[in-house]
Amino acid sequence: MSRRPPRFLLGGRNYSPAASLLLAAPFLLLIAVVFLLPLATLLHESLFVPAPTVEHYARAFGEPVYLRVMLRTLRVAVLVTVAALILAWPLAWVMSRSRGLGLALLAAAVLLPLWTSVLVRTYAWMVLLQRNGVLNQLLQEAGVIDAPMRLLYTEGAVVLAMAHVLLPFMVLPIYSALKGIPEDYVRAAQMLGASAWGSFREVIWPLALPGVTSGCLMVFLLALGFFVTPALIGGPQQMMIATLVSQQVREMLDWPFAGALVGILLIFVLALTLVFKRAVRLDRFVGSA
Amino acid sequence: MSAARGNRAGRMAVNAAAYAVTVFLLLPTLIIAPMSVGPERLLSFPPKGFSMRWYAEYFQDAEWVRATLFSAEAGVISAVCATVIGTMLSLALVRGRLPGKGLVELLVIGPVIVPHIALAVAMFLVFEQLRLTGTLLGFAMAHTVLALPFVVFTVLAALYRFDAELERAALSCGAGGFRVFRYVTLPLIAPGLVSAALFAFVISFDEAVVSFFISDLDRKTLPRKMFEDIDYNISPTLAAVATMLTLLTIAALLLGYALKRGMERRARAAARQGVEP
Repeated sequence: MSRRPPRFLLGGRNYSPAASLLLAAPFLLLIAVVFLLPLATLLHESLFVPAPTVEHYARAFGEPVYLRVMLRTLRVAVLVTVAALILAWPLAWVMSRSRGLGLALLAAAVLLPLWTSVLVRTYAWMVLLQRNGVLNQLLQEAGVIDAPMRLLYTEGAVVLAMAHVLLPFMVLPIYSALKGIPEDYVRAAQMLGASAWGSFREVIWPLALPGVTSGCLMVFLLALGFFVTPALIGGPQQMMIATLVSQQVREMLDWPFAGALVGILLIFVLALTLVFKRAVRLDRFVGSA
Repeated sequence: MSAARGNRAGRMAVNAAAYAVTVFLLLPTLIIAPMSVGPERLLSFPPKGFSMRWYAEYFQDAEWVRATLFSAEAGVISAVCATVIGTMLSLALVRGRLPGKGLVELLVIGPVIVPHIALAVAMFLVFEQLRLTGTLLGFAMAHTVLALPFVVFTVLAALYRFDAELERAALSCGAGGFRVFRYVTLPLIAPGLVSAALFAFVISFDEAVVSFFISDLDRKTLPRKMFEDIDYNISPTLAAVATMLTLLTIAALLLGYALKRGMERRARAAARQGVEP
């Protein structure tokens, strides 16, 4: 269901290889200096300081504290992805079947959070969840609870806030896949006797799968390396790999170990990206709905 | 009949779920706005009165204002750099013959798939040695890299949207590569470039992770200042800042939407009547 125009439209070869390279040169230079060089320097630190060694990597897996952080990171990322998928599906479905003003309003509800600062959204959750926060106030006034509950700095709060922050990255790819399914397909399946569940399983789900894969991949990748929300909502109690990296750099000044943690994160992320290369498409987030 | 009724009930359930998710998406951010005009130091909902004192506090605090201006500066510079560099690359990718195109495409999405914490720490390490931490140049470089993927995808979409035959027509009339770009391509993709610049500005202005690491004590961006304030004291001033940032985002989205509409109109008009020389 790719909406790319056919190949011949893209084939307007206006520039020679030399001119093309010249056009790409500023990008390549900047990426080399500000992207590749820093990452290489950090990874070099993790493998060659003080001498060629894999000791820093072994430490990450060997010490239970760090292993726990990595397992928590994986668990939270999986939970966030599943939660986002469950929340995104109905919204994406209704969006794909809406037109005009209705669609515009639903799209605005997805795009506004997407482009609102992550800090603003995380701060909002802190205001809602803290001990004297909105949720505790409301629950107490309603008489549901007597004393304020501890909501902040729990894994549940981290999953909730991250699912909220990353939800647009799930909704948009699923929406664009669902939009491509003609309504006739569903109607035809039902006329041929398929139940609602049957037409979902046999028609809608397989056709939506590329969008679902793309959304899950984006959310999972972003969740694995997420820093702001776990740092503020989870605190030191719910440390994830990004917060651990930050702690190693800022408090322990242990660059080789921070480098090893980043190396592990990068291997994971790169492997996933290469496997699902076609699923990484940014056009869905910039093109709006 | 009963199947039809079952379908309708199902549809209503899905609609209800969709609207509930919409509320979940919007509510946490929007609930801050009424709370930010409450007079008391302890934020409460609904607010117990009306007061602009937290807004006044923001504008009177030199550190908040300085951080905002620094972010704005970094945002404008990154937006301009990312748009120029990203447009050049997009042209090379779509209209040129670029050797190693697959690798370049992988590098384009690099800053998105590599977690920001990894980039932030790596940039911190190198920028410290180059004395770039806490400098406008450092922020401009870092944010340009982070915004580039979104710029490239926006410009690619703009380039795909109009008919490349228009360019070929100009070429066959004897115009050179640069003239074709200046008089045919550029006018057609101009709204796309503006919206790419807008995206880049918003990305830079809101960027928190890299800023968290490459700021220093006296030169910090607005998100870094917010981060510190959230971590140490949740003051109501933050609610005022958050509300203003949300309003800014709404304005940027409306502008982006208008630009997209303009671009579609332009592409249609150009396709209809051809392009005037």
